[in-house]
Amino acid sequence: MSSLVTKVKLKQIEQIIEKGKRLDDRSLTDYREIKIEQGVIEKAEGSARVLLGKTQVLVGVKVETGEPFPDTPNNGVMTVNAELVPLASPNFEPGPPDENSIELARVVDRGIRESHAIDTEKLCIEPGKKVFVVFVDVYVLNHDGNLIDASAIAAVAALMNTKMPNYEIKDGELKIKQGYTTLPMKSHPITVTIGKINGHLIVDPWIEEESVMDSRITFATNEDGNICAIQKGGSSYFTPQQILEASKIALAKATELRKKFDW
Amino acid sequence: MNEKTEKLIDKKGIRLDGRKADELRSIKLQVGVLSNADGSAYVEHGKNKILAAAFGPREMHPKHLAQPDRMVLRCRYHMAPFSVPERKSPAPSRREVELSKVIKESLEPALFLELYPRTGVDVFIEVLQADGGTRCASITAAALAIADAGVPMKDLVVACAAGKVEDKVVLDLFDAEDKLGAADVPVAYMPNLNAVTLLQMDGILTPDEFEKAVNMAIDGCKKIYELQKEALKTKYMVIKEVEE
Repeated sequence: MSSLVTKVKLKQIEQIIEKGKRLDDRSLTDYREIKIEQGVIEKAEGSARVLLGKTQVLVGVKVETGEPFPDTPNNGVMTVNAELVPLASPNFEPGPPDENSIELARVVDRGIRESHAIDTEKLCIEPGKKVFVVFVDVYVLNHDGNLIDASAIAAVAALMNTKMPNYEIKDGELKIKQGYTTLPMKSHPITVTIGKINGHLIVDPWIEEESVMDSRITFATNEDGNICAIQKGGSSYFTPQQILEASKIALAKATELRKKFDW
Repeated sequence: MNEKTEKLIDKKGIRLDGRKADELRSIKLQVGVLSNADGSAYVEHGKNKILAAAFGPREMHPKHLAQPDRMVLRCRYHMAPFSVPERKSPAPSRREVELSKVIKESLEPALFLELYPRTGVDVFIEVLQADGGTRCASITAAALAIADAGVPMKDLVVACAAGKVEDKVVLDLFDAEDKLGAADVPVAYMPNLNAVTLLQMDGILTPDEFEKAVNMAIDGCKKIYELQKEALKTKYMVIKEVEE
């Protein structure tokens, strides 16, 4: 079965949103049910699986040692990569990352990086020479809409679950000791995506809404109620008023999710 | 960046490059600079030097990418290897792929895509020198190139960034402010339709600062919009004189 949405469906979605409702019985600002499972992959230093309705994303975190960037010799390194695995959707194809998976990875990356979620200074082993490198790999397993939020939540949940090896430096050599410490974190950003259909703003669009919506806007927010990253996507526009309205909805939803996750 | 050697804004509120908080860099726009492209534009925005060229509407290559009900817009944002202090590999980076996508999405709302089914418009953007805010200057240039190619548009798209430097919201960040500042908010805007077609942000802003930054960026866009219209008029007035 393909996920092609017919013009009839489009009309149906638009009409019901006009009434302030949605086809799956949610209000315009409701999230689907969110489930977070942490530590699902034992061999990864950290992992989490997030179910957002039927959307399913698995994030694995690997921690290795490597060189810091020359302009930040005292900071550990974090990279985010996203794979739109072909088993997740009839529209995903194997091959090198396309613009959609690159955008997904970079939006997740920006939320974590700009909120200073990871205390990268504590990941420094030897300034300028050796630091911990945190690889965050986003694996989309089932695409039923709003991959950005599912991936961002899963990435932060996986980082919170990440254990780093204890180490000591003997004669300039790095030695791994027994035991683990948790990854040092300073913030737990929450990412909220809002879609626009016919001028109406909807939270957490699912796949059928995504195929008819004209654009989306994503806000990453931190504990202090500040905004730390934004990405507009889709081939339409927002008026400045809609943007401010969306930012208010996003901040309110983030507070709600933060309470629910206890982050 | 190791240590901040200088303050980015001095006590009088003057920035490192001598501008006030809400002042744009000097901007030079030129339309129709390349003879082979259907439309082209050159932008100097501060030290940014950017060339954009538009081809089409023309047949899509490869053909299977053509859409039966609309035109396809493709954009390629690319930085020249010599455009930044350390040589950039000419292969497209992940950043360039993302920017190509958001630039495309910032221009699409200005076009009547459904009026040109099965065709494609290609926009190529080359950053010859980068000094912060290249995506915005690229959008300003690309919109001019598309207009110069004679593709009907609902409005020109114009872009400008605002951000936060040393606890102050400022307009049009240059490279050092972008790297050392607290936040950067690029905005693309269609003034006649009051439509924001690109919005990104990195850094931390309170909701109030965010609102201020968006409004400041939109005001900047409106100023550049006048220069854009001027640039188009300049080219077409020259042609008129030749005809006479």
